[in-house]
This record gives sequence, structure tokens and C-alpha cells, in this order.
Amino acid sequence: MRGVLRAGPGVDMALEVHIEKSLAEFTLDVSFAADNEPLGILGPSGAGKTMLLRCIAGLDEPNRGRILLGDHTLLDTEKGVHVPARKRRIGMLFQHYALFPNQSVRDNVGFSLGRLSRDERERRVRAMLAGVHAAELEPRYPRHLSGGEQQRVALARALASEPEALLLDEPLSALDTHLRSQMEAQLQQTFLTYRSPTLLVTHNIEEAYRLGARLLVLSRGRVAALGPREEIFRQPPNVEVALLTGCKNISRARAVSDSLVEAIDWGCRLRLRPALGQPVGHVGIRAHHLDFTESFDLGAGEENVFPCWLVSSSETPFRITLYLRLHKPPDDSGRYDLQAEVFKEKWERFRDRPLPWHVRLAPEWLFVMPG
Amino acid sequence: MAPLEATDWSPLWISLKTSVAATAVTLIAGLAAAAWRDRHKGPVVALLDGICLLPMVLPPTVVGFFLLLLFGRSGPIGRLLLQLGTTVIFSWPATVIAAAVVAFPLMYLSARAALEQVDPRLLEAARTLGASEWRVLRKIALPLAWPGVLAGAILSFARALGEFGATLMLAGNIPGRTATIPIAIYFAVEADDMRSAFAWCAADVVISLALLSGLYYWTHARGPARWARR
Repeated sequence: MRGVLRAGPGVDMALEVHIEKSLAEFTLDVSFAADNEPLGILGPSGAGKTMLLRCIAGLDEPNRGRILLGDHTLLDTEKGVHVPARKRRIGMLFQHYALFPNQSVRDNVGFSLGRLSRDERERRVRAMLAGVHAAELEPRYPRHLSGGEQQRVALARALASEPEALLLDEPLSALDTHLRSQMEAQLQQTFLTYRSPTLLVTHNIEEAYRLGARLLVLSRGRVAALGPREEIFRQPPNVEVALLTGCKNISRARAVSDSLVEAIDWGCRLRLRPALGQPVGHVGIRAHHLDFTESFDLGAGEENVFPCWLVSSSETPFRITLYLRLHKPPDDSGRYDLQAEVFKEKWERFRDRPLPWHVRLAPEWLFVMPG
Repeated sequence: MAPLEATDWSPLWISLKTSVAATAVTLIAGLAAAAWRDRHKGPVVALLDGICLLPMVLPPTVVGFFLLLLFGRSGPIGRLLLQLGTTVIFSWPATVIAAAVVAFPLMYLSARAALEQVDPRLLEAARTLGASEWRVLRKIALPLAWPGVLAGAILSFARALGEFGATLMLAGNIPGRTATIPIAIYFAVEADDMRSAFAWCAADVVISLALLSGLYYWTHARGPARWARR
């Protein structure tokens, strides 16, 4: 088994996970530690994200591994330790809420509070529901709640059991856009007060970034990247992570000098800042970091500015995606080199200018990847 | 036809009493077996599954024959009962045993299907909330499976009511003690008492039809359980 990938220096590890589990297509082989900051687990469908959470919660059994939560060993296959799910004190939020349909909201939230007196239990249930802004739902049945309301109740139910870690499995993906942003705000607020390891699985890049202070990128059962979100987005460690974090522009590359690379697929040389510190295999830049020079008379000294032609475009309400060909007009193949994303106001300013336009690949936004 | 007050009503009471008792037995045994089966997998479980369903496909006389072997004076259970100073064959409990064994597969199948239909994520959610397996079963699985379980109980009752072959072999025809409606019909026909036979047949049809159409009304027309309705 590989060593622990620590997410940063000096984190107090509250949850430590090393597991190996054979799945149909690949082996889930993951090691990481999480502290009290929410960790976003990002990966495409079928990367093993849900299985990872299930193994931590004790709902599935890894072939080998060790899971530590605080001072407790939840799993140690070498020592034969298998703490059952009900004794792990791990709260879980499911994509489809999993509220008990035969119980009222009150009974759902109070499900884990059987040991308390009736009065104490009711007090706790009310407090938990108030905490997720769902106090008025108490007497109702799940059937009569919207998806957002159900997920709030499910969150209150999980928190009521005072879990030592919280696992959220795509908690927003079954909600429609409006409810999703409300529930996301709720999670933000909950994370501020709930100071225990929190893992949030999602395939949505922006959601992962907004909710997870740190990110773990999972690909085919392996940890492709782990670290602070800014770092992972600023400097993806490899092409796979660049793609999984939504980078649209990647070219094969080779070093020319300390601060110059040749982008093979784009047919140009690019100045880098800071200078190269690693071998170069690919170079990339995110679509919204592409800049369009609005002046016609280009200074000869301008770095990384190239003529480009528009191949096609695609609109969203506030932004437009431009598909660009570098150096020469597009042919019939529809082939493009770069994908740029710009706000419409900016687009309005240069859309009518004659081609070619001039695109700038700012040195500070370029990143190189080995291999 | 004989005047009403002279009619021997005992087969009706024996049949109802037997069916109620047999349904109670199958309800508990069938639920326990189905709940156990829901949590286990493998070839042993498949074999036990087959054994549980056998009484449904075997002729009731074969079931009765094996029950005789088990409960007879030289059978393993029969000898045990003898040591306790009792015997069950050719007594009222024998009608319950025969009816319960024959009705068991219906209960088992219904309970198994009902439990399998419960969303496993609900059971998992309950486990992560600290619930024991018993609590998961009692608070989540059974309440959600209850409509199917109850339907199974009604089917078992109807099947127990109609049981003939195994009952005759294990309990015989003792008027007032083991003679259920189907047995009364058989011996009425034997004795050429066609009026009695017809009356009991009509009674059997009426009761069974009421049960089955009531079951349909309850499961389909009236709709599912309270919490699942709008």
C-alpha cells in the first residue's frame, strides 16, 4: 500500500483512510487523511467515489485496509477489526435523501435519539430542524416535502446522531438549480459550525470547489490529486487532473529553454512565468484565462500573443464559448486549437472586429505538466 | 335437506380455528425465514429456499406422508412428544400443522418479495444512524414491507382453509375434532349426502372468494399504505 498523501503540512488528522477494494472495472486503492476542513472528492461517474464513502461508513467492506477516526480504529483488516456501520458514528447524506417514508419528519430526525427521554428528544429534534431552517416541517411526512426540504431533513437527521465524521454522497445532484443553490448555502453554513471531518462527493467541478476547502481528485479508483483547491486548479499535477478539473486547453509541449516551451499542438512558443521547475510533457491554460488583445497595433514585445480565427461559438446566458483556430483561417474540418470563455459584455466589444483577432495566453496562467 | 338446527356446524368452526392458528404460525415462521433469507446469500441459502417452497409444488399427500413420518409414534418428533406424554397425530393440532406447512410457502414468498422491495438505502441510512439489525427490521423494513406481508397472510389463510390431503393423512376424519370443511365435503360425497356436500362447497367458495376479492380491493383499489398515499 502506498504512503499517505497528506493534504498539507501540519494538519491534525482526524480521519485517516487506506483502502483497497476490487471493483468490476478496476481496483479502488485510496489513501488520504482529512482534518476538520471539508474535503471535496471530485471525479467522473464510476470513479469509485460512492464506493469510497460506503467503505468508510461501513456499508461495504474493502478487501484490505485501515480506517482511523480520531482515536478509534474503525477498520483494520490485518488485525481483524471491523466496526459495524451502526457503531462507527459516521453520518451519511445520500443523493436521494433516504428519509424513512413511514415516519414523520419528527421521527426521522429523532431516529438516532432513542436513548433520550421523550422531552429531551423532542427538544433536540426541534433544535436540529431549526438549524437547517426546516422547523415548520416537523409534523409532515417525507412524501409531502420537496427534494430540497427532504435533503435538509436528512441533514438534520444525520447531525442529530452527533457523528464524528460526515459523508455526503452527491447531496445536491438530485435537486433542480434553484433548490440546489439554497441547499448549497445550507451546507456552507453547516460546515462552518460542524468542525469534524467532512467528505463531499460530487462530479460537479464548481460545487466541489465552492464546498471543499481541499480537493481529492479520484480517477479509476486512484487518487489523482489531493491538496488545497487553489493549488489543484492553479497547477494540476497531470493531464488527467487538468481535464477532470475542467481545463479545456491542453497541448503537448517540450522545453526550449528555462522559461520557454514549444506547444506542439498549437504550433507556437510560449513564455512561462515562473520558469520551469519540472520536466515538460504538456502545457495548459483554462478557457476563461484566455485574453483578447483589443488594440490592433501590436507591440513587437507582447508575450504569447497570437493571431486567431473564430471557428464556432456556443452561448450561455451570460457567457460565450469561442472555438478558435491559431495562426490561420479555419478549414472545413471544424478543427480548433483553443477554447475561450468570455463574458458577453466583453464579447460585444470585439465581435464585429475583422479577423484575425489576437489572443493572449498570459504567462502567469499557463501551467506545465510532466508526462 | 336436514333442518337447520340439526346441521352439524363443527366443520366450519374447526376450519376457521385451524386456519387462524395456521396463519399465525406461518406469519411468524414465514417472516422469520424471509428476514433471515434477506440477509444471507450462497448455495446453502438457495437450498433452504427450495426446501421452504417445496410444500407448494409437492402433492399434499406427499407432504402429509412426510409429516406422518416426522410426527408418527416412531418418528423423531413423535417420539419426543410421547416422552412428554402427548401425541399430535389424529388430533386438532395435527390439522394446524398440516395446514401451516402447506400454507407456509405462500407466506414465505410474499414476505420475501415484500422485504426485497424495501429500498436497501433506507436500511443503510438506518444503520449509519446507529440502529441495530433488529431495530432496522422492526422500525423500517417491516413497516415498509407490511402490505405485502399482510397480503401473504391472507393468501396463507385461504390456502389453509382449503387444505385437504395433508390434513387427512395427519389428522384423519374425526367429526367434531379434525373434520374440516374440505374433509366434511369428501366424506359427505362418499356417503352420498350430496346436499351437505353442496352446502359446504358453497360455503368454501363464498369464504375464499370474499378473502381473495377483499385482498385485491385492499391492495389495489384502496391503494397502498397511509404514508405512501397522497
